Amino acid sequence: MISSPTKSIALRSIHPLWLFGSIFVCILLLMLLNILLGSVYISPQQIWDIIIHGDTSQEIAYNIIIKSRLPQAITALVAGAGLAVSGLMMQTVFHNPLAGPSVLGISSGASLGVAFVVLLSGSIGGNALSTMGLIGEVALSISAVIGALSIMALILFVSQTVRGHVTLLIIGVMIGYVANAIIGVLKFFSVEEDIRAYVIWGLGSFARVSGDQVQVFIYLMIILLPISMLLTKTLNLMLLGEGYARNLGLNIRRARHLVIATSGVLVAIVTAYCGPIIFLGLAVPHLCRSLFHTSDHRLLMPGVMLMGATLALLCNLIARMPGLEGALPVNSVTALIGAPVVASVLFHKRSTI
Amino acid sequence: MNPTIEIEQLSTGYRGKKRTKVVATNIDAQICSGELTCLLGSNGVGKSTLLKTICNFLPPLHGQIHIMGRLLGGYTDAALAKVISVVLTDKLMIRNMRVDELVSLGRSPYTGFWGVISNTDRAIVQHALQLVGIPHLAHRMIHTLSDGERQKALIAKALAQETPIILLDEPTAFLDYPSKVDMMQLLHRLSRKENKTIFMSTHDLELALQIADKIWLLDKEKAVQVGTPEDLALQKILHRFVSHQGIQFDSPSGLFRVAYSYHHTIAVEGSGDAYHLLCKGLNRHGIATDSQKEMPTIPITVYCQEGRRPAFHVRTSKETIVHSIEEVLQLVEKHL
Repeated sequence: MISSPTKSIALRSIHPLWLFGSIFVCILLLMLLNILLGSVYISPQQIWDIIIHGDTSQEIAYNIIIKSRLPQAITALVAGAGLAVSGLMMQTVFHNPLAGPSVLGISSGASLGVAFVVLLSGSIGGNALSTMGLIGEVALSISAVIGALSIMALILFVSQTVRGHVTLLIIGVMIGYVANAIIGVLKFFSVEEDIRAYVIWGLGSFARVSGDQVQVFIYLMIILLPISMLLTKTLNLMLLGEGYARNLGLNIRRARHLVIATSGVLVAIVTAYCGPIIFLGLAVPHLCRSLFHTSDHRLLMPGVMLMGATLALLCNLIARMPGLEGALPVNSVTALIGAPVVASVLFHKRSTI
Repeated sequence: MNPTIEIEQLSTGYRGKKRTKVVATNIDAQICSGELTCLLGSNGVGKSTLLKTICNFLPPLHGQIHIMGRLLGGYTDAALAKVISVVLTDKLMIRNMRVDELVSLGRSPYTGFWGVISNTDRAIVQHALQLVGIPHLAHRMIHTLSDGERQKALIAKALAQETPIILLDEPTAFLDYPSKVDMMQLLHRLSRKENKTIFMSTHDLELALQIADKIWLLDKEKAVQVGTPEDLALQKILHRFVSHQGIQFDSPSGLFRVAYSYHHTIAVEGSGDAYHLLCKGLNRHGIATDSQKEMPTIPITVYCQEGRRPAFHVRTSKETIVHSIEEVLQLVEKHL
């Protein structure tokens, strides 16, 4: 644990700007690869024509790029950033390295919302949602948001009276269990086709968002991500723990509500559009703390956004490598690829400190 | 020496939904600037609760607290942050934060929306680090510090907050003895040099009596008794405060020491360190020492001879010369 000062300075010698720069380059590279690679080969020249000049003459290629690969890449980019930011906020507000976007049962809430709509539409409405196309998609998103936000409202209500953050965390986890139990009951009463649709939703995917919806999704995230940047001073104070933060003039209750609400809305929206994506929100903050060697949210917040986007793009790329198209759910890739990467980074850093 | 904290008829405790738990009542006292005040009291008597009430983490159940002449309840969180700073017992669970970053956070009541540190702030942080004597630790990570160093970093944070009042909850706990002394002297020096009101709770009775300007004795029956350590000794309040068996108040020094029960008396002659330390060693074994040779119960006389190599002449029927107190004690034990 004891490090010589020279060593810890040496570790910090990588200037954050260099890190930001290299992550940014990674993002650009991965964006390109995401657009370039796929089961159908489209030459870079064609892609250039399609994206820059809006060339619609090659209809198939145009559709693949504009309606599939590009929205998918952008969705991954934004969703990754959102989940990572949400995870960072949860870890700070709960002083718990294991906290993540899913910890307060907010993503379970989204699942519950979706389960209600998907699983009951068949058995009660007599019309499987999966057959309804765009209306079905919109209904899915809205029900996920409603589910997630109502669980979040419940959490915020509870946090009015509960003082300790560990208690609140446990209550959140309990609410998550209850939501999952209800989903189980709903599944029992549903037709097979709906259960299948629900399970597929639960696997998570950046490809589900179609062209029109992707715009709404991006706009929402463009509003929400900067809002989370506004909370950096609050989050830095929260690092010190409740007593010190309060003594430094922070209104703890309001701060906690703001952070949980922002983080919750981010998760709700990402989950609504992409399904419950696990792992990214938990792991990216750890990765960034290690890389940037700081706990300062003024650096971590943008760092986590960029790193989240990078990892999401990488996972998306791997999930639809030629030959694997559609075979691997994003959730498997995030964990399979991400877990060893993060573990090795943490392990390596730990041994040098 | 004007009072910065004035407490009237205060009751502290926790207000619950169903019942209210009162911890201490009828506290009436003042704390002055430029002084180090130590809050003493046994476990559970409400030291932390009192501190939490003064820094407005807990509302008072009854009574009033005036801080700098203004009612505590009249301060907003932000305004109070510029008047009172705290050092708590909470363990810091932060990795990857440098000491100077921690101390800079003490500037947050003064920084703007983004918490950007100006050059003035940086100078204040540097000054705070110098006051507590840890400028060399500025770039170390907090989690690599020892307990004493971390405590000093937190005090630097409190100093960077530039408040007239600093409250500390057991800052000497978990420190080794030299660090405890160091810490208390540092706080005493700060109270003088920076004219701060420093109020700390502690279990280190001995040190508090030697270093503090004022002592608060918190007690279940008597509420709180305030005074200089010497006055409290003179009024026999300290005697009552530690009225346990096995502790003796040594009035001339104004300090406590362990009370031994003696079963034997022995004659010891001599002077200097060797004499005093031998007496101490014998006392520890339940043997009273007597130079007058009145009624010793052990037929031994010990002469202490000071010098570069102290010698002890142990006389029974024959004389033995030994050079360590341990050997004297062994010889004496044989004759019990």
